[in-house]
Amino acid sequence: MYTPRSRQEALAIYRKLFLCRHGEEAIIREYPSDEIRTPVHLGVGLEGIAVGVCHALPPTAKSFGQLRNHCQYLALCGHDPRALDAFFAELYGKVTGVGQGRAGSMHLAWPDGGLVSTSGIVGSTISLAVGAALAAKYRGTDEVAVAMFGDAAIEEGEFWESLNFACLHKLRVLFVCEDNDLAIHTFAHQRRGFKSIPDVMRGFDCHVFDGDGTNVLKVIGAIQTALQLQAQDPRPVFACFRWFRFLEHCGPNTDFNAGYRPKPDDAILQALDPIANYELWLARNGYDSAELRVVRDEVIAEVERSIAAAKAAPYPADLFKEVIS
Amino acid sequence: MIRKMSFAEAINLAMAREMEGDPNVCAFGVDVKDHKRTFNSGKDLVEKFGSRRYFGSPLSEAAATGIAIGAALSGLRPVHIHARADFMLLAMNQLVNMASNKRWLLAGRLKVPMVVRAIIGRSWGQGAQHSKTMHSTLAHFPGLKVALPASCQDGYSLLRSAIRDDDPVIFLEHRWLYFLNEEVDDELAVPLGQSKVVRSGTDVTIVACSWMVVEAMQAAAILFRNGVEAEVVDVRTVTPLDDPTIMTSVRKTGRVIIADYDWTFVGFSAELSARITESCFSYLKSAPVRIGLAPTPCPTTRSLEDEFYPSACDIVRAAEKILGLVEVNLAGEDFYTYQKLFKGPF
Repeated sequence: MYTPRSRQEALAIYRKLFLCRHGEEAIIREYPSDEIRTPVHLGVGLEGIAVGVCHALPPTAKSFGQLRNHCQYLALCGHDPRALDAFFAELYGKVTGVGQGRAGSMHLAWPDGGLVSTSGIVGSTISLAVGAALAAKYRGTDEVAVAMFGDAAIEEGEFWESLNFACLHKLRVLFVCEDNDLAIHTFAHQRRGFKSIPDVMRGFDCHVFDGDGTNVLKVIGAIQTALQLQAQDPRPVFACFRWFRFLEHCGPNTDFNAGYRPKPDDAILQALDPIANYELWLARNGYDSAELRVVRDEVIAEVERSIAAAKAAPYPADLFKEVIS
Repeated sequence: MIRKMSFAEAINLAMAREMEGDPNVCAFGVDVKDHKRTFNSGKDLVEKFGSRRYFGSPLSEAAATGIAIGAALSGLRPVHIHARADFMLLAMNQLVNMASNKRWLLAGRLKVPMVVRAIIGRSWGQGAQHSKTMHSTLAHFPGLKVALPASCQDGYSLLRSAIRDDDPVIFLEHRWLYFLNEEVDDELAVPLGQSKVVRSGTDVTIVACSWMVVEAMQAAAILFRNGVEAEVVDVRTVTPLDDPTIMTSVRKTGRVIIADYDWTFVGFSAELSARITESCFSYLKSAPVRIGLAPTPCPTTRSLEDEFYPSACDIVRAAEKILGLVEVNLAGEDFYTYQKLFKGPF
């Protein structure tokens, strides 16, 4: 488990976690007004993994994600006001968005900040991350490529092709599996012909890690160790972290009343909440609630400013810009 | 410098020149490093540039395509090589859902400067899974460029343009072109999106691509001996499409035969026919005629192959019909000449 090296760092981690949480909660609040007209796959509960991984990455890392990418985007780039503004503007479909309104939630990217590409086809950016790592090896640089994906992506053939290629070529890829046991509404035991993800991965020529994704400090520690190991012994890393998806697969609501899974007790929900877990750690390590409130108020102000800017921005009018000719 | 060379040598020269000129150009594909080197198009490339830059890949066409995309997004210019165009079907998710739209989705922030080279299979008995062209299917999706050379010169020049291009380019090489031996000017640049009138004429336009250009030229020679002057247009690239060159020719002759190396149903020839009818309607003396593969999967036995594949014979007959001419005796003509050249195995 990682220990922050300074108060500043400890609060920076809290800021990133809260930015992810408040960003998603703002979307939940705004969604019923029908101005965000793109399907949103929210990451409430995913913050520990997204922030943990992104916090441990070197600044030259190239990250790739899938459709549940909001926390990855905010953890990696949300500190940059331009990236934050472009995030909300894209959700609102405005010309100031990352894709000038063309990309929507499922294709967010901020290449300058290290998030190269995300995609709505589950698992489809995993091979792109391998390509980025291949390019780094080709040039002789030590850049790391990161592929983040949910546990269902492991069922796609492209995942195995990508893992195989990366292991064969000893590429510096981090394959990060965000394991919440669900593919939309279907549980792992209904989809899987093997018992344990880490056990299967250990059959490949890579470093394997697995752990609790609801604890951001454990995630940071695991990724740091993984990167150090990879630097000495260049091989892909496969890291699997467990998390709980608080909301429905797509959309701003919870759906425990749908019946496909029981609603856990409040105490269990609290224990699965990465923000609540980190707040406990902060409380036990001498950070008082006033300090945290200052951080939260700053984040809230930034998010609300960003949303206001998104609402005020114009829609795009040029469909044909960047069409090949 | 102008030198006579085979199509394989022309492709090989283009690859070597691009790899020499730009350290970011690399190439990979299944078995590209073996002793056969993709019908010799890969000759000496490993020896000259090393296996970091020219390497074989596992049988993972989907991920290999994604790897090319990821490498291209990171500044390399990868060339992904398939021994058969049909294998691109294993990579459709990456080609269509990923490569084609990265530039447009982020309004130009990203670019995917990759080339996918694929051989169109025809030798003997290739059959249903080793015979497709894929140009109609892939050109259908906005964001992919599709080029089909029909000569050694274009094999060289178009491939260099494809590798220089910042968008994903599908580069389709017909297997029988590999028999050609023609002059190549290594300083001649041919841009994508430029069709070429390869034979001037006044009586009928034959618009063709890939191997059908060779068939169209044989048909034009036969027609010439029988008093008909055919104009042959080599399309060269499906996307971007050179409308002006094609339409100028059709308006000049008033009659058009579209000879496509593909099924006519929902194919490139249907697109050309529609466009020609829309923009040359008042110039047309008769409806456009389309020639393509028979509407069946590709058979392997010789007798059925001869029915499946269109040839110069079909183009001659179509021209005679359009012009209201009596059918000439073609008994002495040597059709499927290149089929006779082929001696196996692959």
